[in-house]
Amino acid sequence: MKIIVAIKQVPSRDSQLRIAGSGKWIEEADLAYEINEPDAYALEAGLQLKEKHGGEVVVLCAGPERAGQSIREALAKGADRAIHVEEDMGTLDPLAQSRLLAAAVTGESPDLILTGLQSDDLGYGQTGVILAELLGLPHATIIMEVEARESSIRVKRELEDGWFQHIEMPLPALLAVQSGISKLRYATLMGIKKAKSKEVRHVSAASLGVAPAAPSIVLQRVYLPERTKRTQLFEGDPNQAAAQLVEKLKFEARVI
Amino acid sequence: MSVLAVLEQRAGVWNRASFETLAAAQQIAHELGTAASAVVLGQGIHTLATDLATRQLESVYAVEHDLLNNYTPDAYTVALEALITRLGPTVVLFPHTYQVRDFLPKLATRLGRVAVSDVVSHHVQDGALTLVRQLFQGKVNVDVGFGGSGPHLASLQAGAYRADRVLEGTASVVEIAPSIPPADVRTRPDAPFRESQRAVDLGAAELIVSVGRGIKEADNIPLIERLAQVLGAELAASRPICDAGWLPMERQVGSSGQTVAPKMYMAVGISGAIQHLVGMKGARTVVAINKDANAPIFEVADYGIVGDLFQVVPALIEAIQKSK
Repeated sequence: MKIIVAIKQVPSRDSQLRIAGSGKWIEEADLAYEINEPDAYALEAGLQLKEKHGGEVVVLCAGPERAGQSIREALAKGADRAIHVEEDMGTLDPLAQSRLLAAAVTGESPDLILTGLQSDDLGYGQTGVILAELLGLPHATIIMEVEARESSIRVKRELEDGWFQHIEMPLPALLAVQSGISKLRYATLMGIKKAKSKEVRHVSAASLGVAPAAPSIVLQRVYLPERTKRTQLFEGDPNQAAAQLVEKLKFEARVI
Repeated sequence: MSVLAVLEQRAGVWNRASFETLAAAQQIAHELGTAASAVVLGQGIHTLATDLATRQLESVYAVEHDLLNNYTPDAYTVALEALITRLGPTVVLFPHTYQVRDFLPKLATRLGRVAVSDVVSHHVQDGALTLVRQLFQGKVNVDVGFGGSGPHLASLQAGAYRADRVLEGTASVVEIAPSIPPADVRTRPDAPFRESQRAVDLGAAELIVSVGRGIKEADNIPLIERLAQVLGAELAASRPICDAGWLPMERQVGSSGQTVAPKMYMAVGISGAIQHLVGMKGARTVVAINKDANAPIFEVADYGIVGDLFQVVPALIEAIQKSK
């Protein structure tokens, strides 16, 4: 089974974000980056399918040079090779991003493409489904289990309010995987060593022949949200803060 | 120019977010100086369409087909692409449900557009619609405008608009029989099912202590268990904690877990991503303990302690015991 896993590199979850001077994006200079966590679950699902059915896991990642770090990490966890679309994706809309990804996998003919459900930065939750449409593949999202059959797959999809559903579809197909589908693995020392010699194919918008299209949505202004509620904050010495909070909960909110 | 609301139903029952979308469509249409219409898709949807005919809408489109009975992204996309192309609305609004997330990006791509997903509010200035959504798990907001002509597509976050604001009135029902080639529908869905009954009913809890990523490792969970115990509270968690298997899934609060409305909800080491907030914003009093003063959880908190939970929680346990 040939599986492509699309991953994104995003600012670390505990990043302190500052708005850039332009007011159109965040200040990127001092940020640390990591693999988008939902995509880490997609990678895990891909690696487990390969372990069960054999084949190959190819990592697909679009981003500037720094994304190479996340690609190495995915290779160290067990992916076989990678395609790096070396472009600053910045605030590109999900259709423009998906066009690049679609062009980059042309000629790969995978059986399955996996993505995470959404990115922790832009959070549109659209790239996988758009990619499926551009490639003419059937898709399903919020996937909890994947069972590969002869020329089809059967998946368990999460619905709302504790409902689930099984869906069968022919291969090739694209799945957007729900986080928590299984436990994430760590890269082993051996894996990290091996990753250094694994193939990373570098492509760009120019080499793929993807011309920029006029964006149909525009990020006009990025800003910190205003507080909608007046929060009484206690800072400083933990013992003092704890005593103040208990006092408030007991005599003001009257909940304990 | 017009606004179209695409509503969601399953087996003849409205998804509760549908009427939030309807209210938003009426409001945005009013601000744009135009009229709103609504569409419902499925099989045997006559009663639902009649229900909509009592709202203030220009038209209600009842799109009926065998292949729309059980949702598939392929059939929904074919049916909606044809309808939107035919009607030419300026703005098309959807509830941001799991189902919409599954087909809206595909539909938008067919139409050569990009949908703005998970919108929390909007404003209209000089006849132009700007949508507000969140970035970085709710840490940052962004105003999004549309380039080019319509249709402009957007999905609305649950709870962003109020269903009780829907205006009553009358609307004419237009029945539509779309052409959906069976071969275009590639996925075969089985009937939805529910897994075994939950053993923990957080919905009935008066006090909840909930733990998130800030707890760092499974071995630290007993600290929060102790806090819940001295408060006499139920223990809950955000999704990552249950994903990691540190607490069972049935203790998860959020859009994919349980929705709770306790007297007090104490969030420990939870940053407050929107998926979590939608599950607990009905709490009467919200307390947040987090080391990051800018964490979104503080936006919904009544009381907060900014600090290291490994210092704050032991101090809190002691203070609660002393107060008894």
